[in-house]
Amino acid sequence: MTRFLSLVFLLRGLLAVFAALLIGSVLILAAGADPLTAYGTLFQGAFLDYWGFATTLQIMSPLLLAGLAVVLPLRAGLFNIGAEGQIYIGALFATVIALYVPGLPGPLHILLCSFAGALGGALWALIPALLKAYRRINEIIVTLLLNFVALHFVSFMVGGPMMEPGAPYPYSPEIPESLFLPHLLPRTDAHAGVLVGVVIALVMFAVFHRGTFGFSLDTVARNPDAARYAGISVERHIIVAFLVAGAIAGLAGTFEVLGHRYRLFHAFSQGYGYDGIVVAFLAGLSPLLAIVSALFLAGLRAGASIMQRAVGIETTVIEAIQGLVILFVAVSLAFRYRATEVGRALRRRQEVERALDAESEERES
Amino acid sequence: MDLLNLQTLTDMLGTSLRLSVPLIFAALGGVLSERSGVFNIALEGKILAGAFGAALGAFLFNDPFGGLLVGILFGMLAGSILAVLGVSLGVNQIVTGIAINLFVLGITAFLSRIVFGAQANTLRLPGFKPIDLPGLSSIPVIGPVLFRQDLMVYLMIALAILVFLFLYRTPWGLAVRAVGDNPAAADTAGIPVHGVRYGCVIAAGGLAAMGGSYIVLSQVFLFSEHMSAGKGFIALAAVILGRWHPLGALAACLLFGMFDALQLRLQFNYQDVPHQFFQMLPYLISILALVGLVGKPRPPAAIGRDYRREAK
Amino acid sequence: MTEYKLLLDDISKSFGATRANDRVTLAVRPGSVHAILGENGAGKSTLMNILYGLYRPDSGRILVDGREVEIHSPRDALDAGIGMVHQHFMLVTQLSVVENIVLGMKRLGLQLNLAAHSRALEELSQSFGFDIDPWAEVGKLSVGMQQRVEILKLLYHEADILILDEPTSVLTPGEIGPFFDLLRRLRDAGRTIILITHKLDEVMAIADRVTVMQDGKVKSELSTEEADTDMLAHLMVGREVMVRVRHPNRSPGATMLRLEKISVADARGLPALDVVSIDLRAGEVLGIAGVDGNGQAELARVIAGLVPAQSGRLLLEGVDITGAGVAERLQRFGIAYVPEDRHRDGLVLDASVAQNAVLRRYRSPPFARMGFFRPAMIRDHAQRLADSYSVRMQSVDQPIRFLSGGNQQKVILARELDGEPRVLVVAQPTKGLDVGAIEFVQSEIIAQRDRGVAVLYISTELEHLLDVADRVGVLYRGHLMDVLPAEDASAERVGLLMAGVAPQRAGAA
Repeated sequence: MTRFLSLVFLLRGLLAVFAALLIGSVLILAAGADPLTAYGTLFQGAFLDYWGFATTLQIMSPLLLAGLAVVLPLRAGLFNIGAEGQIYIGALFATVIALYVPGLPGPLHILLCSFAGALGGALWALIPALLKAYRRINEIIVTLLLNFVALHFVSFMVGGPMMEPGAPYPYSPEIPESLFLPHLLPRTDAHAGVLVGVVIALVMFAVFHRGTFGFSLDTVARNPDAARYAGISVERHIIVAFLVAGAIAGLAGTFEVLGHRYRLFHAFSQGYGYDGIVVAFLAGLSPLLAIVSALFLAGLRAGASIMQRAVGIETTVIEAIQGLVILFVAVSLAFRYRATEVGRALRRRQEVERALDAESEERES
Repeated sequence: MDLLNLQTLTDMLGTSLRLSVPLIFAALGGVLSERSGVFNIALEGKILAGAFGAALGAFLFNDPFGGLLVGILFGMLAGSILAVLGVSLGVNQIVTGIAINLFVLGITAFLSRIVFGAQANTLRLPGFKPIDLPGLSSIPVIGPVLFRQDLMVYLMIALAILVFLFLYRTPWGLAVRAVGDNPAAADTAGIPVHGVRYGCVIAAGGLAAMGGSYIVLSQVFLFSEHMSAGKGFIALAAVILGRWHPLGALAACLLFGMFDALQLRLQFNYQDVPHQFFQMLPYLISILALVGLVGKPRPPAAIGRDYRREAK
Repeated sequence: MTEYKLLLDDISKSFGATRANDRVTLAVRPGSVHAILGENGAGKSTLMNILYGLYRPDSGRILVDGREVEIHSPRDALDAGIGMVHQHFMLVTQLSVVENIVLGMKRLGLQLNLAAHSRALEELSQSFGFDIDPWAEVGKLSVGMQQRVEILKLLYHEADILILDEPTSVLTPGEIGPFFDLLRRLRDAGRTIILITHKLDEVMAIADRVTVMQDGKVKSELSTEEADTDMLAHLMVGREVMVRVRHPNRSPGATMLRLEKISVADARGLPALDVVSIDLRAGEVLGIAGVDGNGQAELARVIAGLVPAQSGRLLLEGVDITGAGVAERLQRFGIAYVPEDRHRDGLVLDASVAQNAVLRRYRSPPFARMGFFRPAMIRDHAQRLADSYSVRMQSVDQPIRFLSGGNQQKVILARELDGEPRVLVVAQPTKGLDVGAIEFVQSEIIAQRDRGVAVLYISTELEHLLDVADRVGVLYRGHLMDVLPAEDASAERVGLLMAGVAPQRAGAA
């Protein structure tokens, strides 16, 4: 019984997805299509079709990186809801280097762009980090508000100083071809950004499980007083966690420009930073599982447009399903509580039985 | 630019008030729920749920009151999710709030396509009309600003006063404040902690939804995806800035509304500067207000914390 | 009128495997002070929490005035006229006195008329000789005043059975007398008082009858007129009270740690430690007495490096260490610290025993290399420590949360003493431990002293302090009142200092 419960506990991400898809099928029915056909075309298109899978990988890159940018600070008990803004600023920094620093060899220039992008994201994340560490200002509200500032600031930049002359709507000039990221699948959009994401996820896993830094972050979150006592500077760890997270999100923005769009568009991110929250929680905050959940959610998005063409369902259904996923993940978090409740009841039962045994022994003697 | 011109001033103040109305509704909800100890990042989702409900109701009943009613209902539904998960089941209130925001974002985007279809952006829904309060509305400046508004604005003013009186002048308000600061003490005094939090969180859903309804029924007369555009988060900043006091939050919202109005006027006056530059100002101002806050804010002591009686 | 105001009949309650209350029967006469005496863990608090509706009993019934009552919540208890003052006060510190008192009252109506209540409150408080401003914010009142607010709250709610859980633990010796006078006034006014305590002299001083509990069972019930302290002690502990052997140190060494005019500010910026100078010598135990909250925590934390000194200097064998961080003070200067609150400061409860055993050194070799742990080294080290301190546990990989308080304390001691410290700061190391664990901890501290370590021993429990200290200093509102040699430190003298009564002669440490 307890083993069954711990299994449920482990699989709760899957259960959340299943429940979301189930309710999603009601939505699809309401929109007048057959859910099985719809899901069939969606997943076939996303994972079994060459072009579709390439799109999945392309979307997976920002989702995974944004997800990791949420996972890391949460290890120290901090909510980084600002990946969206860090993506924008990262992309902006990378584009500036790409467009206005000429004469570098391609690979070096790509590295420099990536560095600039990471720096941009990190600097943007430094604002909430400093405010949290030294002024105790709620990092959630600050990161959320900064997202809007970043969104409009990038729009302003590509609608003004950096705008391509004569463009119909705000975007920057194209970056040189030497800066295009290598492609994983020939003739597709699947760029190398996703590999960087996977490598970062693996490193993060190692640091969380065996690294002293991971333990420091854990301790800050579990017991800040004990952390101070152990000689861990809580403020410094808040700042480092946010800086690294911002850098990772900044890379997500960088690779969107270098690998996929080749220009800086206004409002290009379409909520990848928020999707990162779904990725992180669906993965139960594990960097390894984040790879799986990012792949799955990217597949949903990539398959959505294929599904729209095939059965005529609006792609917004995917947004609804994604919303349901995070909602059910939240519901499943209550499982911990329930599981312990049930566990406690089971333990009590054992004790009652032991007591009964003891009583019967007494009677016999 | 002649801000001193009386007409301009009246216009500016009027616009400021109208822009702050959705914020004020949401912030009042935020004050109520956070004073009971429940962190309410879901305000954003509740505004959006309210906006969608209002559009749906107005569309179905062809009547703004029907819209307002359905809007409030949807907001209270969203509030109930937060109550069940965050209060009863003890799921982290921040996680729950974020989940609700993303869920409402997705589901309203989907449903609006189904309900309104292609006409979503051209539709003109029935809305509220301004009501002149005779006599009062002819006072210069203040008259048109305060007394030539629609029903929702008068409702907002009444609710702000009501929330204030409730919190500070009634036994239930005292119970709410006690629960938010020290649930264990409130429990020992015989106050149903979870019941109080349920009431506050669901009422907060209704209040925030009225903010969303106002946008639809008094400002734009249609529903568009993601139309809450971070207003819930600005309202949260206003709650902090107003130090969890209903009238303080109201003042903070008016301030934010004033900057929003100023931003619009600057957009109009400096058309050679891309308008996006001015659009980021309200958010920037909110952050700066939080940073510049004199002294440390003292949030309700038990905010965000789950309460269980038998800890052993 | 029945003979008993309150009758708890055959109450049992188990938590997991432990029977916290085992067929307890308690009969309390109206208008009396009835003490419940027992050691930590004897089941006193559980019984009272059942009476107050916070726990449900597994079996048994409760009768008030001869009528059976069902108590499922504090609300029910209040309705039955039962009120309780918890050891940790149940006050909303952000609210005013009158707001706290009317909180949860029935029939308040639509509008809250605080002015009327405050007038009624003033009348009531004057009739019992309280002196409380109804409009004061509770958080700004002294602990003794807060206790009065708690009692006033019960009186205002018309409770006629008052349960007081260890009420004197927050009072100075000087405040206890007037507090007992107050209890007598309440009793004479017809209220029934249940006093939970583990202090024998209090029982003899104030109670009419006493019920002695041990291991969840009622050991005995008797009138205080037929009892004396030796008899009660015997009943309470259940064995001969151990004869304590003092181990006086013969020759304290040179000054190891010197505090020079140290001041520390608390969270609100007010002085928590006010120009304190101490010389701590090698091979001595300097005890620090005082009522909780008079600067002891800040004294310990400033030495350990957890809070910065606002002014003044810290010298270790003449070397200025005022600017050194927590880790440097432990690893380089050998300042070990056993914090007061194990769960808050000393341990990460969700981490394993092994991780906790290296909590203060996990980033340095041999436990880590290039930023990564070497788990085998850590586990071996932890196992070694656990063996030498006979820590009872299943394995070093077990979360430390599941160890008993005594074993958790052993892990902390083992960790702190492992590096052969020169200075040992211990704060309340015996809090919440059973007798056996207390003996172990105290003998370990003596052993360290004999090894030449300079020990600063902070405790609010004067008896324990006097058992081990060579000298006793007293903190009062952040001032070091005086430092006495152990032989001069009588309970009376220390008690006066704890209440802030200045000594005749100016003392310097």
